[in-house]
Amino acid sequence: MRRILITSLTAALALLGAALLAGCQLADQGPDPDELKPAVIQNYANGAHALYSQSLASAQEMDAAIDTFLANPTPATLEAAKRAWLRARDDYGPTEVLRFYGGPIDNEEDGPEGLLNAWPMDEAYVDYVDGDASAGIINDPSIAINAATLVSLNEEGGEANVSTGWHAIEFLLWGQDMDANGPGARPLEDYTTNPNADRRAEYLRVSSDLLLAHLQDMVNAWASGASNYRAQFVAMDADQALANIITGAGALSKGELAGERMFVAYSERSQEDEHSCFSDNTNADIIGNARGVRMVITGDYGSVVGPGVLDLFAVQNPELAQRLELELAASVDATRRIPAPFDQHLTDTAPDSGFGRGQVLRAIQALERQADTIVEGAQAFGLTINTSV
Amino acid sequence: MTRQRSQSNNAAAIPSQRRLAAAALTFALLAIALAAACTPVSPYSPDDLLNPMLGGDTSVALSNATAFESAARNLNNDERRIFAVGDSFFTQNWVTAPASTEARDGLGPTFNAQSCSSCHTRDGRAKPPIRPDDPERGLLFRVSLPGADPATGAPLPHPAYGDQIQDRAILHIPPEGKVIALWSEVQGQYADGEPYSLIKPEYQLTQLAFGNIPDDIQISPRIAPIVPGMGLLEAIPEANILALADPADADADGISGKPNYVWDARRGATALGRFGWKANVPSVEQQVAGAFHGDIGVTSPLFPAENCPPAQTECQLALTGGEPEIPQERLDKVTFYTRTLAVPMMRDTDDPQVRRGAALFLRANCQACHTPMHTTGESDIPALSSQTILPYTDLLLHNMGDGLADGRPDFLADGDEWRTPPLWGIGLVQTVNRHTRFLHDGRARNLAEAILWHGGEGERSKQAFINFTREEREALLRFLNAL
Repeated sequence: MRRILITSLTAALALLGAALLAGCQLADQGPDPDELKPAVIQNYANGAHALYSQSLASAQEMDAAIDTFLANPTPATLEAAKRAWLRARDDYGPTEVLRFYGGPIDNEEDGPEGLLNAWPMDEAYVDYVDGDASAGIINDPSIAINAATLVSLNEEGGEANVSTGWHAIEFLLWGQDMDANGPGARPLEDYTTNPNADRRAEYLRVSSDLLLAHLQDMVNAWASGASNYRAQFVAMDADQALANIITGAGALSKGELAGERMFVAYSERSQEDEHSCFSDNTNADIIGNARGVRMVITGDYGSVVGPGVLDLFAVQNPELAQRLELELAASVDATRRIPAPFDQHLTDTAPDSGFGRGQVLRAIQALERQADTIVEGAQAFGLTINTSV
Repeated sequence: MTRQRSQSNNAAAIPSQRRLAAAALTFALLAIALAAACTPVSPYSPDDLLNPMLGGDTSVALSNATAFESAARNLNNDERRIFAVGDSFFTQNWVTAPASTEARDGLGPTFNAQSCSSCHTRDGRAKPPIRPDDPERGLLFRVSLPGADPATGAPLPHPAYGDQIQDRAILHIPPEGKVIALWSEVQGQYADGEPYSLIKPEYQLTQLAFGNIPDDIQISPRIAPIVPGMGLLEAIPEANILALADPADADADGISGKPNYVWDARRGATALGRFGWKANVPSVEQQVAGAFHGDIGVTSPLFPAENCPPAQTECQLALTGGEPEIPQERLDKVTFYTRTLAVPMMRDTDDPQVRRGAALFLRANCQACHTPMHTTGESDIPALSSQTILPYTDLLLHNMGDGLADGRPDFLADGDEWRTPPLWGIGLVQTVNRHTRFLHDGRARNLAEAILWHGGEGERSKQAFINFTREEREALLRFLNAL
């Protein structure tokens, strides 16, 4: 007991000394937060542009694979289109950290988020489902299938009436997932001889084109040297821009990913609540989102590396920054260690005490913990961050 | 005046042997009230109305389109998880049973909406259909026959249509009918000569699937209001609400304030009503379960029977999504979500025009019914306990005049009585829901029109508004829009 006391007293004195020293350094040559802020904001804008550019590139490959499939529907071309969708999703996942503050992706006027990535889908709104062969827009010949129609029908009458975006394409490629051990298995005949095959093909083509257009808009919005959102973003009050940046990371980590995407599915054991339920790609979606949070906080976007939120936090509170860095690594790691497919952890028989559900919960906790630290770090700069979505 | 009223009401509640003394006290206070009537004295100062934390510690600093959909700021991580689950069941669509989406099948057989969020979009407010072919999304119609259920006091349902017109139904089941609104314009002018116009709806039932309805059917339109803050309103101690009541207008200020006593389905007993346009629902749980049942067609342990009136045989034979379709533990989560949606903070409290508007709000005596401040009691959700909140409602019924009357009694609420709706968040409806349609059926096209529709006990306050200068009216509206 006594030894611990002495040790901690020594440690406290040492820390005090270090703090005094650090204080001098801060005053003399340490980073000035007001100079660091614009650099963090600039690097974020570069990172945003890089993330969307990469997402657009892999989505273009997906679009090409879909065109090939529709021109010649075979098991092999369908499989290639599915693989291209999965690859493209890996690049979209990290971009979601750019949401939650009314930026280009989700501003009230024309943010395409709801058209790009809304979920879960009410499948019966788009196409036939088990038990209702005539359901959906595809099986209603009175509705013309074109970009304008699909956009106008998206989320008409309820937030789950999703008609466009990643998950509509996913549903059109995979079909409903009726198998806990594998993804959906849409028959090839849906694009050849089954009723409304031509309308389904057109729906898929239009959805893919729309997705490209929306991603291109995002690339344009973040391009440098243009009169666009990026120009406004780097010019706005630095604290406001930082609050936006940090809100995206905190809200994605906690409210959206840990809460809506993971805990709801976990607690209700409902497969319809997992993100990519048709393709069983939910594990990859989760990892992609977690990576996005880490990118924004560390400033390391892969192809773009520079000062991040973490560097700023370190100025005020090195201990917190160090802790957060570890938590970011731990959360990405925890999501990677959830056994795939995700939906096997949602069945009625999956035990809470087993590794799978335990790991889902550990990942949820890791994401919540880092979000709490992010909020704490922001508070030191007078920024109030809302992580609810 | 609120203060005097509360004391006279306390007097009414004490044992009979002390009533004489209480009556004397009441009389004395009445005299004070009358004396004070020449120069209205409010217990509130404008500063009281410029407290930005409308929802106490639950308040969130949001003024964008997400303003109504955030969790209370003071929830812990475990509570936020329950909130997220409730959010999911509030937002996602229900589908026809049977379906692979097992957690959410059981829509209908008849219904008005597929999800809570179809009407409370982004946890906000619905708008009425403008053209006859617009979907009635968020405006529903209660119907009943004259009289009341002797056991519960509830309005009497129609044998073929029940107590609400469901205008949609699952495949192969007939919807009950439609309601169309016919709008007419009413002209008026402010004291300074500036003209205004109001639009008044008249409702007609059409496409009725189960025969015509009698002429004495009572119809009440109800629009979906914003959701945040309900848990806080539920946590206001009953005694504090009753202290504001003055059903016989004993203080002769022209404003009554009547508590509604309604059927509590959970307890199987009569209870104070707090929610709904006529304070006809006692608890958030019952509000949620009632909406699942009446609006979406989803059964719950609280309302376990499918909503199929005796005449609707096809409805009765339809497949269900389980019994009940939403189990208690999920209903609990949606209820938790509904109780813990955060109230957004007031904006622009330093703005001189907002400050002036607050003073004018008091000068027009709006606070006589729109009680600015309450303190919550103990709640089973710690985040809601002991909060000083500014909902701007007394949760009581008031006669609002013939212009707004629906002629359909609801428990103790008369056909011309409505519950004072809360005003918190009212200035963000435009941002969240992209419209400014107010009042119980959305007839007011902006806040000024909502004030101008006030009659009955609100008449004097309306006249004060009409007599304001243009600059004063704008200041008052600026204050309301900052809430």
